[in-house]
Amino acid sequence: MKGFWRDAVEFFPILLNGVALTIVVTVGSLLLSTVLGLVWAMMRVSGIKVLSMLSASLINVIRGIPIIVLLFYLYFVMPDLGVTLTALQAAILGLGIAYSAYQAENFRAGIEAIDKGQIEAAQSIGMGWWLTMRRVVLPQAVRIVLPPYGNVMIMMLKDSSQASTITVAELALQGKLIASSTFKNTSVFTLVALMYLTMSIPLILLVRHFEKRAGKR
Amino acid sequence: MIELNDVHKSFGKVEVLKGITASVEKGEVVCIVGPSGSGKSTILRCINGLESYDRGEISVEGLKVDRDAPSIVNIRTQVSMVFQRFNLFPHRTALENVVEGPLYVKKESRVAALERGRALLAQVGLAEKADAHPPQLSGGQQQRVAIARALAMQPKAILFDEPTSALDPELVGDVLGVMRKLADDGMTMVVVTHEMGFARDVADRVLFIDGGVIVEQGPAKALLNQPQHPRTQDFLRRVLHPL
Repeated sequence: MKGFWRDAVEFFPILLNGVALTIVVTVGSLLLSTVLGLVWAMMRVSGIKVLSMLSASLINVIRGIPIIVLLFYLYFVMPDLGVTLTALQAAILGLGIAYSAYQAENFRAGIEAIDKGQIEAAQSIGMGWWLTMRRVVLPQAVRIVLPPYGNVMIMMLKDSSQASTITVAELALQGKLIASSTFKNTSVFTLVALMYLTMSIPLILLVRHFEKRAGKR
Repeated sequence: MIELNDVHKSFGKVEVLKGITASVEKGEVVCIVGPSGSGKSTILRCINGLESYDRGEISVEGLKVDRDAPSIVNIRTQVSMVFQRFNLFPHRTALENVVEGPLYVKKESRVAALERGRALLAQVGLAEKADAHPPQLSGGQQQRVAIARALAMQPKAILFDEPTSALDPELVGDVLGVMRKLADDGMTMVVVTHEMGFARDVADRVLFIDGGVIVEQGPAKALLNQPQHPRTQDFLRRVLHPL
């Protein structure tokens, strides 16, 4: 135990660099997946057949490919096609695209849960599709969507470790590097696990808060 | 002002409107009565394009109702609708519900819209509820906010789709009272209702609809007191004397 504390003090600053990158990857891909997911969901509920079919197929393709393969594709294959991305860019893009499928399905479920009468009331005062979405549907859907969105945030934080496979030196990769050079596997990986857990706990509490608020109505 | 000419409408294989021809003049109050599933609500929903129709033509002030044409927005701002289940926006206050259309559809100035919104809430007897959210209001209050929301568009006519059917009996009077005042002020109204007393006292004309056709129509008092058609007689007997 004493050894662990000594190792912890020694490795913590290095691992903290990893934490910084973990946060960058998580926040970056969360934002990207939210925007893309919204776009897919809007296409899906637009009532325009071409758009909704395109979005449905896109979502299925994305869902059917493992994140790690998506990352390899962006990082190792895209350069052959003339597009060179840094590891960090590829990681954010890959995770963002992968998660956009789940975000889209979540957003769609929230939008479709809104009572049809709401949409009719909006139409009856002359609102068009976009105004109805913006003023009536989306503000109500947010409450429904937030708890699962919080869960996505937690999964995203943990899945950001997959960026290590394409050389992004985030927390998991930093841990692995230290472990393989010092052989202090127990200390290092315990520390890494604790650091992930520390970042997850606030998110878990946030989800609980969202759930309570959603349950109020 | 509102013209329906041989309007047909099917839901799948079921034909709910089998050639409806009727008109509503400016300032007129027309009640549509008839058994459930007879197509009463569908007529209203076709008039402001919430539902499409298959054949025939509906026009409002000479403008053809076509829910896929851009002109439908124009029609909807002229013909407001009040729903059976109110359909107020639950995330907005009573006042915000009322001014939503004027602000975001008609792009009126905020000050003017809010001022008129408050006046309309006062008109339906809910001035002190301006900042309440719909879930905090009773059904009757919600429906009166919904009427204020319809009025806020400064419509030329209002369609009422069974406005009191979802209300507790003791709250029906408040809503009917507001509607009666509107009628007295000369508002053009088309009301689908089961309130025969309201139809008799307030309506100028009554249409009795059954099986997707207009079975009988005429001045309210005459039709409700001396119905000519056997189906009308049968329906009224059952509504007025259920036991």
